[in-house]
Amino acid sequence: MTLALAVDISLTLLVLAVAGWIIAVRDTFAAMIGFVAYGLLLALVWVRLAAPDVALTEAAIGGGLTGALLIGAAARLRGTEAAARAEYPGALTRTLAAVLAVTVAAALAIGVLALPDPTPTLAPAAAANLATTGVGNPVTAVLLAFRAMDTLLEAIVVLLALLGVWSLAPDRAWGGCPGPRRLVDPDGVLAWLARLLPPIGIVVGLYIFWIGADLPGGKFQGATILAAMWLLVIWAGLADTPPISRTWLRVLLVAGPLVFIVIGFAGSITAGAVLAYPEGHAKPLIVAIEIALMPTLVLTLALLVAGAPQRIPPQ
Amino acid sequence: MTIPDFLLAAAVFVLATVALGLVRILRGPEDADRMMATQLFGTGGIAALLLLGVATEARAVLDVALTLALLAAFASVAFVRSASSSEGDDPKETNSP
Amino acid sequence: MSLVLDIFTIVAVSAGAFFFLAGTVGLLRFPDTLTRLHALTKADNLGLGLVVMGLLPQAEWPFDSIKLIAIWLFALLAGATVGQLMARAARREQTTP
Repeated sequence: MTLALAVDISLTLLVLAVAGWIIAVRDTFAAMIGFVAYGLLLALVWVRLAAPDVALTEAAIGGGLTGALLIGAAARLRGTEAAARAEYPGALTRTLAAVLAVTVAAALAIGVLALPDPTPTLAPAAAANLATTGVGNPVTAVLLAFRAMDTLLEAIVVLLALLGVWSLAPDRAWGGCPGPRRLVDPDGVLAWLARLLPPIGIVVGLYIFWIGADLPGGKFQGATILAAMWLLVIWAGLADTPPISRTWLRVLLVAGPLVFIVIGFAGSITAGAVLAYPEGHAKPLIVAIEIALMPTLVLTLALLVAGAPQRIPPQ
Repeated sequence: MTIPDFLLAAAVFVLATVALGLVRILRGPEDADRMMATQLFGTGGIAALLLLGVATEARAVLDVALTLALLAAFASVAFVRSASSSEGDDPKETNSP
Repeated sequence: MSLVLDIFTIVAVSAGAFFFLAGTVGLLRFPDTLTRLHALTKADNLGLGLVVMGLLPQAEWPFDSIKLIAIWLFALLAGATVGQLMARAARREQTTP
């Protein structure tokens, strides 16, 4: 299998080269574009490491949504670019930064080299108990049964991030629509794309969400695709972002984590532990949590990219 | 040479080729040129992914490629929006020079 | 029969890889943004299209084949629209420096 080795070596070199270049380049916009290419490379790396679940997440989040988020940030920072570039740190700062970076890298290297062989793992235990969850995909079983606490906190963290973005709104725009008003030709090519792609994208997003129970896929990846399709429609001016004061929006935003928490605490009565599922009911409960989290994640991810409220909607 | 071996070799070739194109991100000169380099890299990456997936019979790879292809359009639209200085994203075409 | 299909795969994938090479060379060597865009869209459409066509005989019918074709259609759609948007952005950069 020397050819497979050639694939791996060329991928490794490429990842290192692109990563080094992203750090070295001074132009923010170029760095962001490099970062999107880097996300694609990482998806390929995860495929080579036989982790298609992670590859799918990286493809959806790293290549698509994070790219859009960072590019938006870069466009906003363009005005301050020249000032930031003129500020060159002194010799002492640079030496300290170099020492810090080398120390962290060395500590990480020592940590990895000091790992016992074979590396301690819970994978056999997780695989042995997969049947009790009723879910076919071991990654979904780990995320929603064995390590459900992590997933719950993750869902809450993205919500907190959205609140952080909203809190940047000026007082007069509070409760208004995120992002600027769109001026788009309704017959233009962008509007055309936004009419053609989302119907197919919604099908693909739901498909990725649904197969997550048994094959690589799941709510996060599916929600990212749906959020991207919604953003496309918003950018094309076919729909506006909802004012953040709307009750339905706020209810949907908290509904997912709330259902997760309720089912989790019910577990302490019916199954004897918080976030435990009663015998034989694991799969329906896992699916219920995934379905409840889906709209929350779509809204949160899309509104994170849309940004802080900027204008009061016309009454 | 078996078919999977050939497909792996083709994957390496396509990946190495489009990676060379990344030099365009370095050189620019316009942001549009940089975007084009990522666009080509994205399509080449999808092709390499498909070749790898079929060669190693990892069927989940097709879903990864499907997601990438769907979001390729999305990411590029995000590029173009931020590159055009005005917030009017796709304004009506005026043919005056 | 399978030999014929294997030969078809080799020919189509090789042709696809050639178009990726041509696209990269064009992206690196062509003198300005619009000509480079021309090179890019050809590589995008034909390169990935030929690779997908070559992989079709090796993929499982029907779902994998449908996914392969869908991936190519997404790439076509992305290439067609983003090409237009990029060309417009590039022209705006040229006219209003």
